[in-house]
Amino acid sequence: MSNLLEIENLRVTFPTPRGDLEVVRGISFTLGRERLGIVGESGSGKSMTGRSILQLIRAPGRVTADKLVFDGIDLLKQSERQMRAIRGARISMVMQDPKFSLNPVMTIGEQIAEALLTHQKLPRREVNSRMLAMLESVRIADPERVAKLYPHEVSGGMGQRVMIAMMLIPEPDLLIADEPTSALDVSVQAQVLDIIDELVKRKGMGLIFISHDLNLVSSYCDRILVMNTGEVVEECKAGELMAAKHPYTRGLIASIPRLDETRDELPVLDRSAWAKA
Amino acid sequence: MTALSLKNLDISYGDVQITHDVNLDIADGESFALVGESGSGKSTVLKAIAGLAPEWSGEITVLGSPRGHGIDRAFSRQCQMVFQDPYGSLHPRKTVDATLGEALTIHGIGDRNARIEEVMASVGLDRKFRFRFPHQLSGGQRQRVAIARALMLKPKVLLLDEPTSALDVSVQAEILNLLKRLRREQNLTFLMVTHNLAVVSFLCDRLAVMRQGRIVEVADVADLKRGDLKEPYSRELMQISAAHAN
Repeated sequence: MSNLLEIENLRVTFPTPRGDLEVVRGISFTLGRERLGIVGESGSGKSMTGRSILQLIRAPGRVTADKLVFDGIDLLKQSERQMRAIRGARISMVMQDPKFSLNPVMTIGEQIAEALLTHQKLPRREVNSRMLAMLESVRIADPERVAKLYPHEVSGGMGQRVMIAMMLIPEPDLLIADEPTSALDVSVQAQVLDIIDELVKRKGMGLIFISHDLNLVSSYCDRILVMNTGEVVEECKAGELMAAKHPYTRGLIASIPRLDETRDELPVLDRSAWAKA
Repeated sequence: MTALSLKNLDISYGDVQITHDVNLDIADGESFALVGESGSGKSTVLKAIAGLAPEWSGEITVLGSPRGHGIDRAFSRQCQMVFQDPYGSLHPRKTVDATLGEALTIHGIGDRNARIEEVMASVGLDRKFRFRFPHQLSGGQRQRVAIARALMLKPKVLLLDEPTSALDVSVQAEILNLLKRLRREQNLTFLMVTHNLAVVSFLCDRLAVMRQGRIVEVADVADLKRGDLKEPYSRELMQISAAHAN
């Protein structure tokens, strides 16, 4: 199987008055056309990993890697202009919160069409029909009405589906979903994830799913990387997550309350055990 | 004794009526959960009790005394609220000390130094955080400050609006343990809003399922643990949560 993405020794550093702070410390992984989950707590560097693939880390942050290759393209050597042609068209990213990621003064239809027109010239009628078809495929029942609405007129769950539609309409090869459902309700969460899952499978895309929710990741991914303080501490198949060995992973799993909870107190992570200065 | 009793509570925002005929009785020392999806009106019920949604009709009774529609100092001493987002609910330009001390100033309570230290110790915040600003704290520490703020007046009833949904799972466990311990130590009554049924299972005794502004079912947590809820909508919620856990 040819690899869609190859990463070796990726590092992200930010300068601080007290010297450089390394937030991603040399992680390596490869991704085929599969679903990879990255889990970890806030500050573990999981979002920074996702952003560095798209070269979205702004100065003074620095990204270095021995290898950061997407489908034969060395992402580190691309100019900003070349990156813009890759973002959206080849690799796209679903952000956490639809409230802050959609343009408030453009209708939903215009925004989705813009995502398509940025990368290719198409007759208006075709743009329109593809836009409506895309809205329908993210299970929006009445696409013609919704396309005319502004982001503040739709609910959080619908906003997130709109964002997914926008990210998928140029048919990218790799989708990075950074906490796509953290801002949503449990009942809507499942719907949104099912949509991503179905579209990823149907189009044979690669997916990097970033989340702090272990259960969610293990049910929607094939393979999981567990990150802590900028390093990958464990890599395993999703089905084998419950048999994870690293104390950090085990601690994370144990700290989730269960539906049939009988424990009187939840075990808490003892951070001092892994935190390296 | 009932700590909190709601009778025929109808709450409106302007012309839109949010809840219809909500009736609840929560016993002293009980931990009660309101669950349901966004827009079901569960947070609105808490807001009405706390006085943040003043357009309501019906009866709200806290520890035997009925609540009026205005600001009520005696009520504030009995009942306090903790909000969902610790990033939004703390004043960004006030230190932890100022945030915690404000309630004492408003209520003319002295002994400020000792009371702030006592409450910080009880929520597990080190003394060194006392003169820091919210942006210097982590999410979990901020939520501890928010809980400490609610406990400053030594209330009997705490209203918790999704106290852990903005936090990581590992931090969520710490805050849940803290809430459980505080309830045991100070004999508090909780009314908690959440959409996470596993949290209900850990922290609560009973739950009410809300949908479109109405309570559709009230059940024991034991029923939830056995998967024995009666209403089809409650079962649906339960199945979604269970599917996630596997």
